[in-house]
Amino acid sequence: MNALNSILVLFAAFLVVFWEAAFNGIRHLLGAQVGLLPALMVYASLSTGLVTLTLTAVLGGIFLDTLSANPVGVSVLPLFIVGFIIYSQRELILRDQLFAQFVLGLAASAIVPVLTVLLMLTKGQVPMLGWGSIWQWIVMSLGGAIATPIWFQLFGLFDRSLNYRRATETSFRPDREIRRGRK
Amino acid sequence: MLRRSHYIASVVVVALVLIILNLPDRATTRIKLAVGSLFLPLFGLASSTHELVNKTGDALTPRSELLRQNEAYRREIQQLQLQIMQSRETAEENARFRQLYAWQQKVPWKLKLANVILRDPANWWRTMQIDLGSRDGIRTNFPVLTTDGLVGRVSFVSLTHSQIVLLGDPNCKVSALVENAKHDTGIIGASGPFDGSLIELKYLPRSADIQPGQNVITSGLGGIFPKGIPIGKIVDSHQVEYGLYVEARVKLAANFSGLEEVWVLMP
Repeated sequence: MNALNSILVLFAAFLVVFWEAAFNGIRHLLGAQVGLLPALMVYASLSTGLVTLTLTAVLGGIFLDTLSANPVGVSVLPLFIVGFIIYSQRELILRDQLFAQFVLGLAASAIVPVLTVLLMLTKGQVPMLGWGSIWQWIVMSLGGAIATPIWFQLFGLFDRSLNYRRATETSFRPDREIRRGRK
Repeated sequence: MLRRSHYIASVVVVALVLIILNLPDRATTRIKLAVGSLFLPLFGLASSTHELVNKTGDALTPRSELLRQNEAYRREIQQLQLQIMQSRETAEENARFRQLYAWQQKVPWKLKLANVILRDPANWWRTMQIDLGSRDGIRTNFPVLTTDGLVGRVSFVSLTHSQIVLLGDPNCKVSALVENAKHDTGIIGASGPFDGSLIELKYLPRSADIQPGQNVITSGLGGIFPKGIPIGKIVDSHQVEYGLYVEARVKLAANFSGLEEVWVLMP
């Protein structure tokens, strides 16, 4: 994985946070805003290195807390925990499978808000919670689940467009060439 | 199997989070200001996009529709001018009486129009950002309203934009008065996360005479919100804490979901 992909992931985290704050169509329609950062963390943990994963969690979390009324830094740890768990198990995950991406996105998007709220409650901040929060949680989880394969497709597209293609080996091997006729 | 680099990354992140979360308020405000300034180009982009959409909409509006709207506005202006004439006379009369009884003169409101640029990306807070900041004279705790009623107060100010904490957010508490014979006073607190148009009016006295449809306005207590800003109307009420006090649900006068412009009340 090259530096360009890492930069793209970090820039995507920046844009995603702004998108969540600026565009409210889903919020008006479903009553909750979809969180795309956990889905991005799934991509970062399966496709980039530990440094990029850590930077995405730290910068993405701080960007989100800056535009939100969250205490600064409260979103960093939940994003990192989810990303780190997936990263440590990534040899066992079929990252190219759509179903695996969907399930991981669902789990990440479900866990991150819960951990964030728990961390805030621990810090003594009381956010707006109630029965409606369950619906918001479902919307956030499903939204993240749908967004995860889209991230993979999008970054795959960037990768194909901006990076050199990997040189593929041909099936031709000179040592196994069948020579016909006499020399 | 975790490697050494994994442990280092985990320790660094945990330490960083602990340090940031335990920073004093002034330091976190500075971090928010510094990181928030990175979004400034996008703020401009978002408002230009919004303007472009509005201009496109204007260009597509047929001339007959514009003429009809123009005529309607002209009539409304004439009606409002008549009302202003009438209220000016009442205000002068009021001022004379105040002078006669040596009461304090009421200062007229100074209002500044602001555009809503962002909403809180987290679902558990009810805040938004406007395009006025400290360079426009905005300070924390300035009340924010629309022509329909109270919206909230300024909670955080940077140079070019400010954060507004809306009614119903746990961090926006308002002393409110019910317009009935007893002038019952309570506190507007947090609402549920789903229906943003209904908020709870708490700590009303047990003898409160609360009826659906009564108006709720700011009481002027607390020193942040001046008296008389409409908040909403009572929907229903019930006794809580074994009848110690009464709680009422209030339907907000301002429509929060469609907020695009708000007025900041300057002292």
